[in-house]
Amino acid sequence: MLLINCPHCGDRAQTEFTYRGDATVQRPDPATASQAQWLDYIYFRDNPCGPHIEWWQHSAGCRQWIKVKRNVQTHEMLGSADATGEIADEIEEAPA
Amino acid sequence: MRYSIFSLARNALTNHENWQEAWKSPEPKPSYDVIIIGGGGHGLATAYYLAKNHNITNVALLEKGWIGGGNTGRNTTIIRSNYLLEPNAHLYEHSMKLWEGLSQDLNFNLMFSQRGVLNLAHSDAQIDALHRRGNAMRLNGIDAEILNLQRIKEMVPLLDTSAQTRFPIMGGLLQPRGGTARHDSVAWGYARAADARGVDIIENCEVTGFKREGGKVVGVETTRGAIDAQKIGVAVAGNTTRVMDMLDMRMPMESHVLQAMVTEPVKPMLDTVVTSGAAHLYISQSDKGELVFGGDLDGYNSYAQRGNFPVLEHIIQAVITLFPAVSRLRLMRTWGGLMDMSMDGSPIICKTDIQGLYLNAGWCYGGFKATPASGYCFAHTIANDAPHEYNAAFTLDRFHQGWLIDEKGVGASPMSH
Ligand SMILES: Cc1cc2nc3c(=O)[nH]c(=O)nc-3n(C[C@H](O)[C@H](O)[C@H](O)COP(=O)(O)OP(=O)(O)OC[C@H]3O[C@@H](n4cnc5c(N)ncnc54)[C@H](O)[C@@H]3O)c2cc1C
Ligand SMILES: [Zn+2]
Repeated sequence: MLLINCPHCGDRAQTEFTYRGDATVQRPDPATASQAQWLDYIYFRDNPCGPHIEWWQHSAGCRQWIKVKRNVQTHEMLGSADATGEIADEIEEAPA
Repeated sequence: MRYSIFSLARNALTNHENWQEAWKSPEPKPSYDVIIIGGGGHGLATAYYLAKNHNITNVALLEKGWIGGGNTGRNTTIIRSNYLLEPNAHLYEHSMKLWEGLSQDLNFNLMFSQRGVLNLAHSDAQIDALHRRGNAMRLNGIDAEILNLQRIKEMVPLLDTSAQTRFPIMGGLLQPRGGTARHDSVAWGYARAADARGVDIIENCEVTGFKREGGKVVGVETTRGAIDAQKIGVAVAGNTTRVMDMLDMRMPMESHVLQAMVTEPVKPMLDTVVTSGAAHLYISQSDKGELVFGGDLDGYNSYAQRGNFPVLEHIIQAVITLFPAVSRLRLMRTWGGLMDMSMDGSPIICKTDIQGLYLNAGWCYGGFKATPASGYCFAHTIANDAPHEYNAAFTLDRFHQGWLIDEKGVGASPMSH
């Protein structure tokens, strides 16, 4: 079971959350974006093997969308923040 | 040596101690005509068909672990071609036809069993959807039958078909030619047959980089030294992004974990494959007697070949709801595999913009059944520098054009396919 730290509610079981995906992709500006930028935004992902910043919604809790940094190779939690916040830098990967 | 009843009898006389190794495991040569990266079923089948159909035998297959140790040895072995969209229907039906003669072709018993694949419907909308799919299949020359509840009861007597169950069953779609095959045998059979035609199967050999000259790839760096090649095919499933990152090529893909499990073996109780989209379950019984089942992805990006309990619990609830008789069985094993979830749920088999580089990826959780056709079409593409008609639609470029092959119609959400 993943234990996800909601910045509003504290550590909660993964079953209270809904996953969305990579939180680093940026929606391009519709006024100026090229076709290529749109396609990259919609279909292409970094898909890193290691720390990954991702969207989760605390859907069975406070219902806020949050950002979580998680090592997708080890399932290790590396920090979380409010949807508009930044995950604190000092929370780097814990030593093995 | 050909495997036969006679070779079996001969080797019985010497206590089965003198069987020849099935493939040779040579040291890598400095250069090859073609290198295939990834020793899953897809890579192995590609190497085999390069040799068999195109007479290209100076081929090395490089596998970082042992062959079949990836998804090929972790899947639930369901084979079917019950697809709605034309490109998928043709590719998977081609695969089905290859499966039908494959044990003979490879001289290896794949335990291919056409026991039927039955999709259950639990609502009017699902009945409509199954009719639509069944009709599309038949228009494409694929076998499909709509079953009413009475026929389902007769076919799968242990299924809870009562009106009181959580998701009452209303009907189903049967593909009689669907079924299962022994996954390990598929890896071993292709490896042995490729080796017999001159392919070098090289295990414990991880590709760590590419050698490039101008716009071309001309070789790979590996944990066992550098190896040159004129053409390189990548077939590494959940590791696709990691390998393509070495070439700075972005992929329309996320890696996810999919779990499955088996119970202790019991007497024969289920002689077909049953799936339920609504309950998130597919289940069959292995020849050893174990019930083999799985369901959905864990649902978050993962490169760990293991998952978490909530999904297991969900799948087990579905099994017990549909088959109350199994509630006292003990689970023997659970495991996970690394899925290459593409953005439209369909695969990629094509040449790339880099000369000499070919890509086979995006199989999501349905790639086992595709193994023969995938290898067949990928070998064709590598040999001819042009796709076979059955993989012409499965380009990487479709994601640059927005021309998707989205079987489920769920959009660019890899975990939903
Ligand atoms: C639990 C589960 C259930 C499934 N059920 C079904 C099913 O019922 N029916 C179905 O059709 N499909 C099913 N699938 C999907 C199917 O298993 C896969 O789509 C298919 O096996 C992919 O084939 P492959 O040969 O490409 O992958 P793999 O067998 O994973 O082969 C890829 C290989 O590449 C190697 N590799 C990776 N990186 C490198 C490198 N840098 N250098 C060298 N080698 C490398 C890996 O070690 C691996 O052996 C299931 C999968 C899972 C995990
Ligand atoms: Zn919360």
